[in-house]
Amino acid sequence: MTHQIRPASAPAQPAASRLAIADCDIHPARRSDAEFDPWLAPAWREHLQTYGARYRQGWQTGPAFPKAQPNASRRDAWPPDGGRPGSSLGFMQEQHLDPNRVALGILNPLGTGQGLQNVALSAALCHATNEWQIANWTSRDARLRASVVVPYEDAATSAAEIARRAGHPAFAQVLLLSRTAAPLGSRRYWPIYQAAAEAGLPVAIHAFGYGGNPISGAGWPSFYIEEMTSHAQTCQAGLVSLIVEGVLARLPRLRIVIVEGGFAWAPALGWRLDRAWRRLRSETPHLDRLPSEYIRSQVWFTTQPMEEPEPRAHLLDTIAWIGWDRLLFATDYPHWDYDDPAQAFPLPATASQLRGLFLDNARAVYGHA
Amino acid sequence: MSRHVVAAAAEIPPGGRKLVTVRGRPVAIFNIGGEFFGLFNRCPHQGGSLCHGRLTGLLQSHEPGKFTYARQGEILRCPWHGWEFDIRTGQSYCEPERIRTRAYPVAVASGQTVVEGPYVAETVPVSVEQDYVVVEM
Repeated sequence: MTHQIRPASAPAQPAASRLAIADCDIHPARRSDAEFDPWLAPAWREHLQTYGARYRQGWQTGPAFPKAQPNASRRDAWPPDGGRPGSSLGFMQEQHLDPNRVALGILNPLGTGQGLQNVALSAALCHATNEWQIANWTSRDARLRASVVVPYEDAATSAAEIARRAGHPAFAQVLLLSRTAAPLGSRRYWPIYQAAAEAGLPVAIHAFGYGGNPISGAGWPSFYIEEMTSHAQTCQAGLVSLIVEGVLARLPRLRIVIVEGGFAWAPALGWRLDRAWRRLRSETPHLDRLPSEYIRSQVWFTTQPMEEPEPRAHLLDTIAWIGWDRLLFATDYPHWDYDDPAQAFPLPATASQLRGLFLDNARAVYGHA
Repeated sequence: MSRHVVAAAAEIPPGGRKLVTVRGRPVAIFNIGGEFFGLFNRCPHQGGSLCHGRLTGLLQSHEPGKFTYARQGEILRCPWHGWEFDIRTGQSYCEPERIRTRAYPVAVASGQTVVEGPYVAETVPVSVEQDYVVVEM
């Protein structure tokens, strides 16, 4: 077996010799919940203090599974001046944005209020999240772009929030999570896609979320590693739903970005969908093309956590099918399964392919000059 | 290979650790129960800072539900992706043949020896009463 790894002693490249990159998955955190207070009505602050927030999942708080590292974060990402990883812009700049030459960073705030059982509270928190991104992040670092965080279980309110942000230069995309109450292509979510297409904003679907359903297609698994691997199947189910429900066919300008769900599965999914659709076309006659063609024309994928086949070159076959212009480099900073831009892509590629993957594809899909 | 003073032993008590630079290269020094270990501070996987890693034991299982937990405190987990390394050998445990960090011999030498040796001791406070941590590299 041939292994392709860098020698242990290879020094880190000095930042000055690296290419500038786009990081399409950065997680800003709030130091405390009180950071949202300026944009939350007093009644909602009182509500949170009295009743708390209930995610749409079983009788537990926090994520569906405990994480492998505290706060799911790199252990070196806790800001020296306190607070959770990702909560200090200064430390993020020092540890990540500056040394890794991030020219465009897409913010994906998690744990904000998406997927709450109380949709009115969800809407209030999502709105506060968007104001917070402008006030605390994008207005303080011109490299950063925000996501329009929406209370997706209430599509009408989500669409209004998207319309409110349309044209605002701080916002690069609309953010959904992959585990929704119903499959992502369901009609209940259509106003979100319609509003995003009208605003010219891609819709990012980030792994995780609180749909209330088992997190694997086979039920509730035992281990965290099963949650990690289930993201690929959840994203595939969501993508299939978006295609066969006709969302992508009806909105040809809609662009979908799959974030943190992997990408090497996309060719096999496309093959399987095409084979089935050729035999079952009359069931979903609203599709005007082979299902795989929607994937290749309207879907982008962030890279992290990248599949790591042996030999690594298998990944090149996968990318050839998806398209070199469809992959968006992402680190997932500050989370523990972070991909380092200098290390995470040791594959033979042309300079223009690498430039696309690391920067230009993101600039194109996000309209970044 | 030459020997370098990197710290006074008292600076790194049992359970302690310190990131030092030897010949321009970062080395993480650990004191585990009075025994010193040094590892190049760069995980061979993607470059995480091993000095920030957690020291755990080696958990093994020969069948589901049966576990042995050994070598407590001698397995270093990378702070990024959690790769496990034997602090004595630098050997990784997930794919032992593939990933190995570079382990540097670390010894405690008496201050007297250090002062007399041809070592890079200029920036280290030297005292014959105190022991110093020395890295061979």
